[in-house]
Amino acid sequence: MSERGRVILLHGGLLAVLLALNWVLPDYHRGNLARIMVLAVYAMGYNLLFGYTGLLSLGHALFFAAGMYGLALPMQHLGLSVAPAFLAALAAGAAAGLGVGLLALRTTGVAFMIVTLMFAQAGYLTILLAGAWTRGDEGFTIPQAARRIAGIDLTQPAARYAAAWALFAVALAALLWIVRHRTGRVLVAIRENEDRARLLGYDTHGFKLLATVLSATYSAAGGAAFALLFGYAGASFATVQYSILPLLWVLLGGAGTVIGPFVGTLFMFYLIDWAADVTPAYMLLAGLALILLTLFLPLGIMGLVRRRLGWLP
Amino acid sequence: MTAATPLLSTRGLTRRFGGLTAVDGVDFDLVPGEVRALIGPNGAGKTTFVSMLIGRIAPTSGTIALGGRDITRLPAHARVARGMAYTFQVTSVFQRLTVAENVALALRRSERHERAVQAQAAAVLARVGLEAQGGATAGALSYGHQRLLEVAMGLAQSPRVLILDEPTQGLSDGEIAAFNALVRSLVPETTVLLIEHNMAVVMALATRITVLNAGAVLAEGAPEAIRADARVQAAYLGTD
Repeated sequence: MSERGRVILLHGGLLAVLLALNWVLPDYHRGNLARIMVLAVYAMGYNLLFGYTGLLSLGHALFFAAGMYGLALPMQHLGLSVAPAFLAALAAGAAAGLGVGLLALRTTGVAFMIVTLMFAQAGYLTILLAGAWTRGDEGFTIPQAARRIAGIDLTQPAARYAAAWALFAVALAALLWIVRHRTGRVLVAIRENEDRARLLGYDTHGFKLLATVLSATYSAAGGAAFALLFGYAGASFATVQYSILPLLWVLLGGAGTVIGPFVGTLFMFYLIDWAADVTPAYMLLAGLALILLTLFLPLGIMGLVRRRLGWLP
Repeated sequence: MTAATPLLSTRGLTRRFGGLTAVDGVDFDLVPGEVRALIGPNGAGKTTFVSMLIGRIAPTSGTIALGGRDITRLPAHARVARGMAYTFQVTSVFQRLTVAENVALALRRSERHERAVQAQAAAVLARVGLEAQGGATAGALSYGHQRLLEVAMGLAQSPRVLILDEPTQGLSDGEIAAFNALVRSLVPETTVLLIEHNMAVVMALATRITVLNAGAVLAEGAPEAIRADARVQAAYLGTD
Protein backbone atom coordinates (compact mmCIF):
# COMPACT_ATOMS: atom_id res chain seq x y z
CA MET A 1 0.00 0.00 0.00
CA SER A 2 1.25 3.51 -0.75
CA GLU A 3 2.17 5.78 2.12
CA ARG A 4 -0.76 7.99 1.25
CA GLY A 5 -3.07 4.98 1.48
CA ARG A 6 -1.70 3.94 4.87
CA VAL A 7 -2.03 7.49 6.20
CA ILE A 8 -5.66 7.70 5.10
CA LEU A 9 -6.41 4.25 6.50
CA LEU A 10 -4.86 5.00 9.90
CA HIS A 11 -6.43 8.42 10.44
CA GLY A 12 -9.72 7.55 8.78
CA GLY A 13 -9.82 4.38 10.85
CA LEU A 14 -9.32 6.33 14.08
CA LEU A 15 -12.15 8.70 13.14
CA ALA A 16 -14.45 5.79 12.22
CA VAL A 17 -13.79 4.03 15.54
CA LEU A 18 -14.37 7.25 17.48
CA LEU A 19 -17.64 7.86 15.62
CA ALA A 20 -18.85 4.30 16.25
CA LEU A 21 -18.11 4.64 19.97
CA ASN A 22 -21.02 7.11 20.17
CA TRP A 23 -23.35 4.09 19.98
CA VAL A 24 -21.28 1.86 22.23
CA LEU A 25 -19.96 3.81 25.19
CA PRO A 26 -21.87 4.39 28.43
CA ASP A 27 -22.72 8.03 29.12
CA TYR A 28 -19.85 8.58 31.54
CA HIS A 29 -17.15 7.58 29.07
CA ARG A 30 -18.99 9.21 26.20
CA GLY A 31 -18.85 12.51 28.10
CA ASN A 32 -15.16 11.96 28.83
CA LEU A 33 -14.31 11.19 25.24
CA ALA A 34 -16.22 14.23 23.98
CA ARG A 35 -14.15 16.32 26.36
CA ILE A 36 -10.94 14.59 25.24
CA MET A 37 -11.67 15.17 21.54
CA VAL A 38 -12.28 18.88 22.16
CA LEU A 39 -9.13 19.21 24.26
CA ALA A 40 -7.23 17.26 21.61
CA VAL A 41 -8.11 19.98 19.07
CA TYR A 42 -6.43 22.40 21.45
CA ALA A 43 -3.44 20.05 21.74
CA MET A 44 -3.23 19.70 17.93
CA GLY A 45 -3.02 23.47 17.65
CA TYR A 46 -0.29 23.52 20.27
CA ASN A 47 1.55 20.76 18.43
CA LEU A 48 1.52 22.68 15.15
CA LEU A 49 3.64 25.38 16.78
CA PHE A 50 5.66 23.23 19.17
CA GLY A 51 6.01 19.87 17.45
CA TYR A 52 6.20 20.99 13.83
CA THR A 53 7.61 24.53 13.98
CA GLY A 54 9.79 24.05 17.07
CA LEU A 55 8.42 27.03 19.03
CA LEU A 56 7.70 26.32 22.68
CA SER A 57 4.95 28.62 23.92
CA LEU A 58 3.95 28.86 27.57
CA GLY A 59 1.00 31.08 26.82
CA HIS A 60 -1.50 29.07 24.83
CA ALA A 61 -4.14 29.41 27.54
CA LEU A 62 -4.59 32.92 26.11
CA PHE A 63 -5.73 31.44 22.79
CA PHE A 64 -7.90 28.78 24.44
CA ALA A 65 -9.53 31.50 26.54
CA ALA A 66 -9.86 33.79 23.50
CA GLY A 67 -12.00 31.07 21.91
CA MET A 68 -13.90 30.33 25.10
CA TYR A 69 -14.83 33.97 25.77
CA GLY A 70 -15.00 34.80 22.08
CA LEU A 71 -17.95 32.40 21.95
CA ALA A 72 -19.44 32.77 25.42
CA LEU A 73 -19.43 36.57 25.81
CA PRO A 74 -21.33 37.37 22.59
CA MET A 75 -23.78 34.54 23.32
CA GLN A 76 -24.34 35.82 26.85
CA HIS A 77 -24.38 39.57 26.28
CA LEU A 78 -25.32 40.04 22.63
CA GLY A 79 -27.63 37.06 22.26
CA LEU A 80 -25.63 35.63 19.34
CA SER A 81 -26.56 32.13 18.21
CA VAL A 82 -24.04 29.27 18.14
CA ALA A 83 -22.75 29.49 14.56
CA PRO A 84 -21.87 33.21 14.48
CA ALA A 85 -20.54 33.01 18.05
CA PHE A 86 -18.24 30.16 17.02
CA LEU A 87 -16.95 32.21 14.09
CA ALA A 88 -16.39 35.14 16.46
CA ALA A 89 -14.38 32.80 18.69
CA LEU A 90 -12.17 31.69 15.78
CA ALA A 91 -11.64 35.33 14.79
CA ALA A 92 -10.75 36.21 18.39
CA GLY A 93 -8.22 33.37 18.49
CA ALA A 94 -6.67 34.31 15.14
CA ALA A 95 -6.43 37.97 16.17
CA ALA A 96 -4.81 37.04 19.48
CA GLY A 97 -2.38 34.78 17.62
CA LEU A 98 -1.51 37.54 15.18
CA GLY A 99 -0.95 40.10 17.94
CA VAL A 100 1.11 37.81 20.15
CA GLY A 101 2.97 36.43 17.14
CA LEU A 102 3.98 39.84 15.81
CA LEU A 103 5.52 40.74 19.15
CA ALA A 104 6.71 37.42 20.60
CA LEU A 105 8.32 36.17 17.38
CA ARG A 106 10.87 38.94 17.69
CA THR A 107 12.36 36.66 20.35
CA THR A 108 13.45 33.01 20.31
CA GLY A 109 14.01 30.19 22.77
CA VAL A 110 13.60 30.98 26.46
CA ALA A 111 12.69 34.60 25.76
CA PHE A 112 9.83 33.39 23.53
CA MET A 113 8.57 31.16 26.35
CA ILE A 114 8.64 34.05 28.84
CA VAL A 115 7.02 36.56 26.49
CA THR A 116 4.17 34.19 25.63
CA LEU A 117 3.73 33.37 29.33
CA MET A 118 3.50 37.08 30.15
CA PHE A 119 0.91 37.68 27.43
CA ALA A 120 -1.20 34.84 28.79
CA GLN A 121 -0.94 36.21 32.33
CA ALA A 122 -2.00 39.62 31.02
CA GLY A 123 -4.96 37.91 29.34
CA TYR A 124 -5.91 36.15 32.56
CA LEU A 125 -5.77 39.39 34.54
CA THR A 126 -7.84 41.13 31.85
CA ILE A 127 -10.54 38.50 32.29
CA LEU A 128 -10.54 39.13 36.04
CA LEU A 129 -10.59 42.91 35.54
CA ALA A 130 -13.52 42.64 33.14
CA GLY A 131 -15.47 40.91 35.90
CA ALA A 132 -18.63 42.86 35.09
CA TRP A 133 -18.91 40.80 31.87
CA THR A 134 -16.84 37.70 32.59
CA ARG A 135 -17.70 37.26 36.29
CA GLY A 136 -14.02 36.56 36.87
CA ASP A 137 -12.95 33.37 38.60
CA GLU A 138 -16.50 32.32 39.25
CA GLY A 139 -17.29 32.40 35.53
CA PHE A 140 -20.74 31.95 34.07
CA THR A 141 -22.81 29.20 32.55
CA ILE A 142 -24.30 29.31 29.08
CA PRO A 143 -28.00 28.49 29.33
CA GLN A 144 -29.08 25.13 27.91
CA ALA A 145 -31.66 26.81 25.68
CA ALA A 146 -28.95 28.74 23.83
CA ARG A 147 -26.71 25.73 23.21
CA ARG A 148 -28.35 24.41 20.05
CA ILE A 149 -27.42 24.45 16.43
CA ALA A 150 -29.82 23.73 13.53
CA GLY A 151 -32.44 22.63 16.06
CA ILE A 152 -30.11 20.08 17.68
CA ASP A 153 -29.74 20.29 21.45
CA LEU A 154 -25.99 20.12 22.07
CA THR A 155 -26.49 19.33 25.74
CA GLN A 156 -27.75 15.83 24.92
CA PRO A 157 -24.94 13.23 25.28
CA ALA A 158 -25.20 11.80 21.75
CA ALA A 159 -25.43 15.20 20.05
CA ARG A 160 -22.64 16.59 22.18
CA TYR A 161 -20.42 13.65 21.32
CA ALA A 162 -21.24 13.98 17.63
CA ALA A 163 -20.45 17.69 17.68
CA ALA A 164 -17.11 17.08 19.43
CA TRP A 165 -16.32 14.34 16.92
CA ALA A 166 -17.17 16.56 13.95
CA LEU A 167 -14.86 19.33 15.16
CA PHE A 168 -12.13 16.81 15.90
CA ALA A 169 -12.49 15.21 12.46
CA VAL A 170 -12.29 18.52 10.62
CA ALA A 171 -9.30 19.63 12.73
CA LEU A 172 -7.49 16.32 12.19
CA ALA A 173 -8.07 16.27 8.44
CA ALA A 174 -6.98 19.90 8.07
CA LEU A 175 -3.84 19.33 10.13
CA LEU A 176 -3.00 16.23 8.14
CA TRP A 177 -3.34 18.24 4.94
CA ILE A 178 -1.18 21.08 6.26
CA VAL A 179 1.69 18.92 7.51
CA ARG A 180 1.81 16.76 4.37
CA HIS A 181 1.97 19.76 2.04
CA ARG A 182 4.40 22.59 1.41
CA THR A 183 3.57 24.75 4.42
CA GLY A 184 4.04 21.90 6.88
CA ARG A 185 7.29 20.81 5.29
CA VAL A 186 8.66 24.33 5.49
CA LEU A 187 7.62 24.52 9.16
CA VAL A 188 9.57 21.31 9.83
CA ALA A 189 12.55 22.80 7.98
CA ILE A 190 12.36 25.86 10.24
CA ARG A 191 12.23 23.60 13.29
CA GLU A 192 15.27 21.68 12.10
CA ASN A 193 17.43 24.60 10.93
CA GLU A 194 15.90 28.04 10.56
CA ASP A 195 18.99 29.70 9.13
CA ARG A 196 19.15 27.12 6.35
CA ALA A 197 15.46 27.44 5.59
CA ARG A 198 15.84 31.21 5.24
CA LEU A 199 18.74 30.76 2.84
CA LEU A 200 16.63 28.43 0.73
CA GLY A 201 14.49 31.49 0.13
CA TYR A 202 11.69 30.93 2.63
CA ASP A 203 10.41 33.90 4.60
CA THR A 204 10.80 32.06 7.89
CA HIS A 205 9.36 34.88 9.97
CA GLY A 206 6.25 34.89 7.82
CA PHE A 207 5.88 31.11 8.12
CA LYS A 208 6.33 31.25 11.90
CA LEU A 209 3.68 33.96 12.10
CA LEU A 210 1.35 31.83 9.98
CA ALA A 211 1.98 28.85 12.26
CA THR A 212 1.24 30.98 15.33
CA VAL A 213 -2.05 32.22 13.87
CA LEU A 214 -3.11 28.70 12.81
CA SER A 215 -2.12 27.30 16.19
CA ALA A 216 -4.04 30.02 18.01
CA THR A 217 -7.09 29.45 15.81
CA TYR A 218 -7.05 25.71 16.59
CA SER A 219 -6.68 26.50 20.29
CA ALA A 220 -9.59 28.94 20.10
CA ALA A 221 -11.74 26.31 18.34
CA GLY A 222 -11.02 23.97 21.26
CA GLY A 223 -11.82 26.65 23.83
CA ALA A 224 -15.04 27.67 22.06
CA ALA A 225 -16.24 24.08 21.72
CA PHE A 226 -15.42 23.41 25.36
CA ALA A 227 -17.55 26.37 26.49
CA LEU A 228 -20.34 25.44 24.09
CA LEU A 229 -20.53 21.70 24.80
CA PHE A 230 -19.99 21.88 28.55
CA GLY A 231 -21.83 25.15 29.10
CA TYR A 232 -19.34 27.10 31.12
CA ALA A 233 -16.70 29.82 30.72
CA GLY A 234 -14.41 30.72 33.61
CA ALA A 235 -11.07 32.40 34.22
CA SER A 236 -9.49 29.17 35.49
CA PHE A 237 -9.17 28.10 31.83
CA ALA A 238 -6.93 31.11 31.22
CA THR A 239 -4.45 30.23 33.97
CA VAL A 240 -0.92 29.00 33.39
CA GLN A 241 -2.08 25.45 34.11
CA TYR A 242 -3.98 25.49 30.82
CA SER A 243 -0.83 26.60 29.04
CA ILE A 244 1.17 23.72 30.50
CA LEU A 245 -1.45 21.02 29.86
CA PRO A 246 -1.25 21.02 26.05
CA LEU A 247 2.55 20.82 26.31
CA LEU A 248 2.20 17.71 28.47
CA TRP A 249 -0.41 16.13 26.20
CA VAL A 250 1.77 16.71 23.16
CA LEU A 251 4.96 15.46 24.83
CA LEU A 252 3.18 12.33 26.04
CA GLY A 253 1.43 11.60 22.77
CA GLY A 254 4.35 12.46 20.51
CA ALA A 255 5.40 15.94 19.36
CA GLY A 256 5.29 16.41 15.62
CA THR A 257 2.77 13.64 14.95
CA VAL A 258 -0.81 14.25 13.84
CA ILE A 259 -2.56 11.84 16.22
CA GLY A 260 -0.06 12.18 19.07
CA PRO A 261 -1.94 15.07 20.70
CA PHE A 262 -5.14 13.00 20.82
CA VAL A 263 -3.31 9.98 22.22
CA GLY A 264 -1.59 12.12 24.85
CA THR A 265 -4.81 13.85 25.89
CA LEU A 266 -6.62 10.52 26.11
CA PHE A 267 -3.83 8.94 28.11
CA MET A 268 -3.47 11.77 30.60
CA PHE A 269 -7.21 12.21 31.06
CA TYR A 270 -7.68 8.57 32.02
CA LEU A 271 -4.46 8.53 34.03
CA ILE A 272 -5.83 11.28 36.26
CA ASP A 273 -9.27 9.62 36.24
CA TRP A 274 -7.72 6.36 37.43
CA ALA A 275 -5.41 8.00 39.99
CA ALA A 276 -8.33 9.89 41.50
CA ASP A 277 -10.01 6.53 42.23
CA VAL A 278 -6.89 5.26 43.98
CA THR A 279 -5.94 8.16 46.20
CA PRO A 280 -7.00 11.73 47.01
CA ALA A 281 -3.38 12.72 46.26
CA TYR A 282 -4.03 11.75 42.66
CA MET A 283 -1.86 14.44 41.12
CA LEU A 284 1.10 12.85 42.87
CA LEU A 285 0.47 9.56 41.07
CA ALA A 286 -0.18 11.29 37.79
CA GLY A 287 2.97 13.34 38.18
CA LEU A 288 5.05 10.26 38.90
CA ALA A 289 3.67 8.51 35.83
CA LEU A 290 4.44 11.55 33.71
CA ILE A 291 8.03 11.72 34.96
CA LEU A 292 8.54 8.03 34.21
CA LEU A 293 7.11 8.40 30.73
CA THR A 294 9.24 11.41 29.92
CA LEU A 295 12.32 9.60 31.16
CA PHE A 296 11.72 6.37 29.30
CA LEU A 297 9.64 7.57 26.35
CA PRO A 298 11.20 10.86 25.25
CA LEU A 299 9.60 10.70 21.79
CA GLY A 300 6.12 10.22 23.23
CA ILE A 301 3.78 7.35 22.46
CA MET A 302 3.24 8.04 18.76
CA GLY A 303 6.85 9.14 18.36
CA LEU A 304 7.84 5.63 19.39
CA VAL A 305 5.27 4.14 17.02
CA ARG A 306 6.66 6.31 14.22
CA ARG A 307 10.15 5.03 14.84
CA ARG A 308 8.94 1.44 14.76
CA LEU A 309 6.83 1.93 11.64
CA GLY A 310 9.24 4.18 9.78
CA TRP A 311 6.37 6.39 8.63
CA LEU A 312 3.70 8.52 10.29
CA PRO A 313 2.83 12.12 9.49
CA MET B 1 35.27 40.89 -19.58
CA THR B 2 35.09 43.93 -17.38
CA ALA B 3 33.03 45.67 -20.05
CA ALA B 4 29.97 43.49 -19.33
CA THR B 5 27.34 44.71 -16.86
CA PRO B 6 28.16 43.19 -13.49
CA LEU B 7 25.64 40.69 -12.15
CA LEU B 8 26.56 41.32 -8.55
CA SER B 9 28.48 44.34 -7.36
CA THR B 10 29.42 46.09 -4.15
CA ARG B 11 30.59 49.64 -3.53
CA GLY B 12 32.43 50.64 -0.37
CA LEU B 13 31.12 47.57 1.45
CA THR B 14 32.24 47.74 5.06
CA ARG B 15 31.53 45.78 8.22
CA ARG B 16 32.87 46.60 11.66
CA PHE B 17 32.59 44.39 14.71
CA GLY B 18 33.28 46.74 17.60
CA GLY B 19 36.76 48.09 16.97
CA LEU B 20 37.60 45.47 14.34
CA THR B 21 36.98 46.27 10.69
CA ALA B 22 36.42 42.85 9.14
CA VAL B 23 35.59 44.16 5.67
CA ASP B 24 36.85 47.57 4.69
CA GLY B 25 35.41 49.48 1.77
CA VAL B 26 35.32 46.68 -0.80
CA ASP B 27 34.37 47.48 -4.41
CA PHE B 28 33.62 44.22 -6.17
CA ASP B 29 32.06 43.26 -9.51
CA LEU B 30 31.00 39.77 -10.52
CA VAL B 31 30.61 39.39 -14.27
CA PRO B 32 27.90 37.07 -15.68
CA GLY B 33 29.13 33.60 -16.56
CA GLU B 34 32.44 33.69 -14.74
CA VAL B 35 33.80 31.50 -11.98
CA ARG B 36 35.33 33.91 -9.52
CA ALA B 37 37.51 32.66 -6.74
CA LEU B 38 37.77 34.66 -3.54
CA ILE B 39 40.96 33.83 -1.69
CA GLY B 40 42.93 35.24 1.19
CA PRO B 41 44.52 34.21 4.47
CA ASN B 42 42.39 33.20 7.45
CA GLY B 43 40.68 36.23 8.96
CA ALA B 44 40.86 38.19 5.70
CA GLY B 45 37.09 38.76 5.87
CA LYS B 46 36.01 36.37 3.10
CA THR B 47 33.11 34.78 4.98
CA THR B 48 31.98 38.13 6.42
CA PHE B 49 32.02 39.55 2.88
CA VAL B 50 29.87 36.80 1.34
CA SER B 51 27.60 36.79 4.40
CA MET B 52 26.82 40.41 3.55
CA LEU B 53 26.27 39.49 -0.11
CA ILE B 54 23.61 36.92 0.78
CA GLY B 55 22.13 38.95 3.64
CA ARG B 56 23.08 36.97 6.72
CA ILE B 57 25.02 39.97 8.07
CA ALA B 58 24.04 43.60 7.56
CA PRO B 59 26.81 45.90 6.31
CA THR B 60 27.94 48.83 8.45
CA SER B 61 28.11 50.92 5.28
CA GLY B 62 28.26 50.52 1.51
CA THR B 63 25.87 49.07 -1.06
CA ILE B 64 25.19 45.76 -2.81
CA ALA B 65 23.47 45.51 -6.18
CA LEU B 66 22.17 42.45 -8.02
CA GLY B 67 21.60 42.91 -11.76
CA GLY B 68 21.88 46.67 -11.28
CA ARG B 69 19.22 46.83 -8.53
CA ASP B 70 20.13 47.78 -4.98
CA ILE B 71 19.57 44.84 -2.62
CA THR B 72 21.45 46.21 0.40
CA ARG B 73 18.34 46.27 2.57
CA LEU B 74 16.67 43.10 1.28
CA PRO B 75 16.38 40.19 3.75
CA ALA B 76 18.24 37.01 2.86
CA HIS B 77 15.16 35.06 1.71
CA ALA B 78 14.25 37.80 -0.75
CA ARG B 79 17.78 37.76 -2.22
CA VAL B 80 17.44 34.01 -2.71
CA ALA B 81 14.12 34.59 -4.45
CA ARG B 82 15.94 36.96 -6.83
CA GLY B 83 18.37 34.26 -7.87
CA MET B 84 21.14 34.02 -5.30
CA ALA B 85 22.12 30.79 -3.55
CA TYR B 86 24.61 30.15 -0.79
CA THR B 87 26.16 26.97 0.50
CA PHE B 88 27.42 27.05 4.04
CA GLN B 89 31.06 26.80 5.06
CA VAL B 90 30.11 24.74 8.09
CA THR B 91 27.84 22.04 6.74
CA SER B 92 24.31 23.06 7.53
CA VAL B 93 21.99 20.47 6.02
CA PHE B 94 18.76 19.36 7.70
CA GLN B 95 20.39 16.55 9.66
CA ARG B 96 17.24 14.67 10.67
CA LEU B 97 15.50 14.84 7.30
CA THR B 98 16.21 12.56 4.37
CA VAL B 99 18.70 13.53 1.69
CA ALA B 100 15.91 13.75 -0.89
CA GLU B 101 13.79 15.97 1.40
CA ASN B 102 16.77 18.32 1.87
CA VAL B 103 16.94 18.85 -1.87
CA ALA B 104 13.14 18.94 -2.19
CA LEU B 105 13.03 21.84 0.29
CA ALA B 106 15.45 23.73 -1.92
CA LEU B 107 13.13 23.12 -4.90
CA ARG B 108 9.75 23.80 -3.32
CA ARG B 109 10.19 27.53 -3.03
CA SER B 110 9.64 27.91 -6.75
CA GLU B 111 8.13 24.55 -7.80
CA ARG B 112 4.62 23.95 -6.46
CA HIS B 113 3.96 20.53 -7.97
CA GLU B 114 5.20 17.85 -5.63
CA ARG B 115 5.67 15.28 -8.38
CA ALA B 116 7.98 17.66 -10.26
CA VAL B 117 9.80 18.42 -7.01
CA GLN B 118 10.54 14.75 -6.44
CA ALA B 119 11.66 14.18 -10.04
CA GLN B 120 13.95 17.21 -10.00
CA ALA B 121 15.35 16.25 -6.60
CA ALA B 122 16.33 12.85 -7.97
CA ALA B 123 17.95 14.50 -11.00
CA VAL B 124 19.95 16.93 -8.87
CA LEU B 125 21.12 14.14 -6.57
CA ALA B 126 22.27 12.15 -9.59
CA ARG B 127 24.21 15.18 -10.78
CA VAL B 128 26.30 15.29 -7.59
CA GLY B 129 26.54 11.50 -7.36
CA LEU B 130 24.24 11.01 -4.37
CA GLU B 131 21.44 9.26 -6.25
CA ALA B 132 21.76 6.11 -4.14
CA GLN B 133 21.51 8.00 -0.85
CA GLY B 134 18.17 9.79 -1.42
CA GLY B 135 16.36 7.82 1.26
CA ALA B 136 19.09 8.10 3.88
CA THR B 137 18.95 10.55 6.77
CA ALA B 138 21.23 13.49 5.92
CA GLY B 139 22.99 13.31 9.29
CA ALA B 140 24.02 9.72 8.53
CA LEU B 141 26.04 10.76 5.44
CA SER B 142 29.82 11.08 5.62
CA TYR B 143 31.15 14.61 5.94
CA GLY B 144 32.20 14.72 2.29
CA HIS B 145 28.76 13.57 1.17
CA GLN B 146 27.12 16.22 3.34
CA ARG B 147 29.26 18.81 1.55
CA LEU B 148 27.99 17.45 -1.77
CA LEU B 149 24.44 17.60 -0.45
CA GLU B 150 25.03 21.28 0.37
CA VAL B 151 26.12 21.82 -3.21
CA ALA B 152 23.10 19.88 -4.47
CA MET B 153 20.79 22.15 -2.48
CA GLY B 154 22.49 25.15 -4.06
CA LEU B 155 22.15 23.66 -7.57
CA ALA B 156 18.51 22.74 -7.00
CA GLN B 157 17.63 26.40 -6.71
CA SER B 158 18.92 27.05 -10.28
CA PRO B 159 20.46 30.29 -9.09
CA ARG B 160 21.88 33.10 -11.21
CA VAL B 161 24.67 33.49 -8.66
CA LEU B 162 25.90 30.54 -6.65
CA ILE B 163 28.13 31.34 -3.69
CA LEU B 164 30.14 28.33 -2.55
CA ASP B 165 31.86 28.79 0.81
CA GLU B 166 34.79 26.33 0.98
CA PRO B 167 32.89 23.56 -0.81
CA THR B 168 35.78 21.09 -1.15
CA GLN B 169 36.79 21.08 2.49
CA GLY B 170 36.85 17.46 3.62
CA LEU B 171 36.40 15.97 0.15
CA SER B 172 38.65 13.20 -1.15
CA ASP B 173 40.75 13.74 -4.31
CA GLY B 174 38.26 11.75 -6.38
CA GLU B 175 35.35 13.78 -5.03
CA ILE B 176 37.23 17.01 -5.76
CA ALA B 177 37.73 15.99 -9.40
CA ALA B 178 34.01 15.28 -9.70
CA PHE B 179 33.22 18.58 -7.98
CA ASN B 180 35.43 20.51 -10.45
CA ALA B 181 33.62 18.90 -13.37
CA LEU B 182 30.29 19.74 -11.76
CA VAL B 183 31.14 23.43 -11.33
CA ARG B 184 32.39 23.63 -14.93
CA SER B 185 29.08 22.22 -16.13
CA LEU B 186 27.17 25.06 -14.39
CA VAL B 187 28.70 27.97 -16.29
CA PRO B 188 27.79 30.11 -18.09
CA GLU B 189 24.12 29.79 -17.00
CA THR B 190 25.19 30.15 -13.40
CA THR B 191 27.80 32.61 -12.22
CA VAL B 192 29.89 31.14 -9.45
CA LEU B 193 31.61 32.85 -6.54
CA LEU B 194 33.93 30.38 -4.90
CA ILE B 195 35.66 30.82 -1.58
CA GLU B 196 38.39 28.22 -1.53
CA HIS B 197 41.57 27.38 0.31
CA ASN B 198 42.58 24.55 -1.99
CA MET B 199 44.73 26.36 -4.59
CA ALA B 200 44.58 23.42 -6.99
CA VAL B 201 40.78 23.79 -7.12
CA VAL B 202 41.08 27.56 -7.53
CA MET B 203 43.57 27.26 -10.39
CA ALA B 204 41.49 24.56 -12.09
CA LEU B 205 38.17 26.44 -11.92
CA ALA B 206 38.59 30.19 -11.58
CA THR B 207 38.41 32.46 -14.61
CA ARG B 208 39.34 35.34 -12.33
CA ILE B 209 40.60 35.66 -8.76
CA THR B 210 40.02 38.29 -6.11
CA VAL B 211 42.45 38.33 -3.17
CA LEU B 212 41.25 39.74 0.14
CA ASN B 213 43.69 40.68 2.84
CA ALA B 214 42.82 42.38 6.14
CA GLY B 215 39.33 43.14 4.87
CA ALA B 216 40.42 44.92 1.67
CA VAL B 217 40.98 43.84 -1.93
CA LEU B 218 44.71 43.21 -2.32
CA ALA B 219 44.68 42.12 -5.93
CA GLU B 220 42.31 41.03 -8.67
CA GLY B 221 42.99 39.44 -12.02
CA ALA B 222 43.45 36.31 -14.11
CA PRO B 223 44.82 33.25 -12.26
CA GLU B 224 48.27 33.45 -13.85
CA ALA B 225 48.61 37.13 -13.01
CA ILE B 226 47.58 36.52 -9.42
CA ARG B 227 49.97 33.64 -9.12
CA ALA B 228 52.78 35.93 -10.32
CA ASP B 229 51.81 38.90 -8.15
CA ALA B 230 54.54 39.56 -5.60
CA ARG B 231 52.17 41.16 -3.04
CA VAL B 232 49.87 38.14 -3.18
CA GLN B 233 52.77 35.79 -2.78
CA ALA B 234 53.96 37.70 0.24
CA ALA B 235 50.56 37.87 1.87
CA TYR B 236 49.18 34.52 1.09
CA LEU B 237 50.69 32.06 -1.31
CA GLY B 238 54.11 31.85 0.28
CA THR B 239 57.37 32.59 -1.50
CA ASP B 240 58.57 29.09 -2.34
